[in-house]
Amino acid sequence: MHIMSFSERAYIHVPEDEIINNGSSYFGVPNTFFDPQKGSKLLNEYLDERVYAEELGFDGVMLNEHHQTPFCMGSVMDVEAAILARITKKVKIVLLGNPLPVADPLRLAEELSMIDMISGGRLVPGWVRGAGSEQIANNINPAFNRERFNEAHDFIIQAWTKPGPWRYEGKHYHYRFVNPWVLPLQKPHPQIWIPGLISPETVVWCAKHRYPYVALGTNLEPTLEMVNLYADVAAQEGYQAGPENFGYLQNVVVAETEEKAQELGRGFVYGGGFGAFARPEWMFPPGYNSKEATKRLAKAFTDPRTGTEIIRYTQGAVDIEEVKRSIDKNYISAQENGLIIAGTPKTVLKRIRYMLETLRPGIFGTWYHHGPMSFEDRKTCLRLLGQEVLPAMREMAKELDLPGPYEQKPGIRPLPASGQRNPVVGLAAMAA
Amino acid sequence: MATNPQEWREETVRVAGTDLTLLQGGTGKPLLVLNEELGHPGWLRWHSELARSRTLLIPHHPGFGKSPRVEWVSNIRDLAGFYARVLRERQLRPVDVIGFSLGGWIAAEMAACDAAQFRRMVLVAPTGIRPPAGDIMDLFIVTARAYLDASVHDIPNTPEFAKLYGGEQTPEQFEAWEDARAETARVAWQPYMFNPSLGPLLEGVVGLPTLLIWGKQDKVVPVSVAEVYKKSIAGSELVVFDGCGHRPEVEKQAEFSERVRRFLA
Repeated sequence: MHIMSFSERAYIHVPEDEIINNGSSYFGVPNTFFDPQKGSKLLNEYLDERVYAEELGFDGVMLNEHHQTPFCMGSVMDVEAAILARITKKVKIVLLGNPLPVADPLRLAEELSMIDMISGGRLVPGWVRGAGSEQIANNINPAFNRERFNEAHDFIIQAWTKPGPWRYEGKHYHYRFVNPWVLPLQKPHPQIWIPGLISPETVVWCAKHRYPYVALGTNLEPTLEMVNLYADVAAQEGYQAGPENFGYLQNVVVAETEEKAQELGRGFVYGGGFGAFARPEWMFPPGYNSKEATKRLAKAFTDPRTGTEIIRYTQGAVDIEEVKRSIDKNYISAQENGLIIAGTPKTVLKRIRYMLETLRPGIFGTWYHHGPMSFEDRKTCLRLLGQEVLPAMREMAKELDLPGPYEQKPGIRPLPASGQRNPVVGLAAMAA
Repeated sequence: MATNPQEWREETVRVAGTDLTLLQGGTGKPLLVLNEELGHPGWLRWHSELARSRTLLIPHHPGFGKSPRVEWVSNIRDLAGFYARVLRERQLRPVDVIGFSLGGWIAAEMAACDAAQFRRMVLVAPTGIRPPAGDIMDLFIVTARAYLDASVHDIPNTPEFAKLYGGEQTPEQFEAWEDARAETARVAWQPYMFNPSLGPLLEGVVGLPTLLIWGKQDKVVPVSVAEVYKKSIAGSELVVFDGCGHRPEVEKQAEFSERVRRFLA
């Protein structure tokens, strides 16, 4: 199993009230709340935490990218990745992911190649469509999001593998001269993993490309459905999916005592947490969603039960104390359904074991921090994860036979002779 | 959505290499109606007023839900070319035209390219020109509902506001707006709702009687744009309604219909 460490590198000093005041949205909080001194300190601490994660024995350090938001300061993740390429020695540098539609694909191909070169072949590139707000933050037409993603992907693979120089005339990208000198060290190119929030279109696309799919802290039940969907498509493509094809990113905070862990875990819902990533009109800019997704959204927006809630947040006139009470309630329910795990190493391992047994992932990310949490607390959390949780997880992975994508190459397991695929989710999940 | 379904009918015609769905209603010489960026707002009172003496032809723009997307259309000038082809194939040239907001921009692009395809042109708060003062309100970072709310200056005193787009936000209406917004993004993402070459290309257009209508309190397309249009199109006439936003056809319905009727007569 590939076990990696992750946090959003949040700017943790924005008062919670300001996020709520902004229509419960991190995106759009005025940057007058950014203190460069504090930002500088945090960015360096976050790099130190990744070096520490390597010392503790994590297999990978995962980064992601969001733009113009205190939710994540890694707005140009490749900069952090380039530093880590040099100052770490053995961890994989897992980028989940570069938002392809907002990138210049040729330049991205070069950046990633350089990171792979400098790290000695430790790069795991991963690509995303980018949240709706990223399209606004980068002024990239959301109506072409999926087209740009697909075209940029195909282009980068070609730029890495097709001998140059050559000319490229696509729909959204045009290059007179493609001949990148610095190419990835890993051949033919590094493994590509795709993270996401279980959109069926992306899951199917991944299965067809035989790329591992990493679900980002999604609800267990629909995640299991997506794992099955992936495995079905894999079978149609002629291979058996296995743990090496699946990953999961889990909110998990660990402290010396239950009380402390409970206090720190609330950071995951600070200001509304991921649910307050951006207001609906920024999450769903025009044309960003597929027709099917728009249909689902149309129901949610016009349903009096959910629609009024969405509109209330959108219109901004909010009772801050009431929103905070609802955040506290969400914190409890998120723990009940396992979206957030907070506790001592002993208690968190129970839930982690359940996740491993049901989802059977070969990649597991521990998202160990969000919200106000001191550097000391973050390091303690990492230490407890590394020294006490990690070894137990490795034992579990061995016992449950959960190879990661570097132990078992994804997409080459043969289907059983019957042609019918084997189950991919755990027995406990199937019984439920 | 219609106040009186007898007044119009919907049909789909094969034209310009695609299926184009359009509403037709009224009697008399044809009047081409080019809809705004949220699509067809429903059959309103001004439609009924003008339909007494004109046959309204109201296409659903390609990609706006009812008419399929035309892949080669990637900007407003392409859309103007598309409608030029529609007029040619349907033998409608020269036709009277009225365009609202984005629809006004399409008409202006058509006029800049070939003014002879129109007989008379009415532009109602058209986009298409960069405002010398202020910005065109950005449809792409607000909800369709918020955009609609901003389009009328005095909502409480505009009874027909409640009838726009059928009044209620049903799932179907939500989808229709999302289709319209998506297609508008495809053709007008940036520069947002204007074309730097439109002003210069309109200069020198002569022989096309043009009526420009604006609301003084327009929060979507600042009234400063009106002056640029007026200056660019020789001999054009500008009417600005006070106490009125982006939809004079709704907010000042009676005066609006009367002005347009007289102008087209």
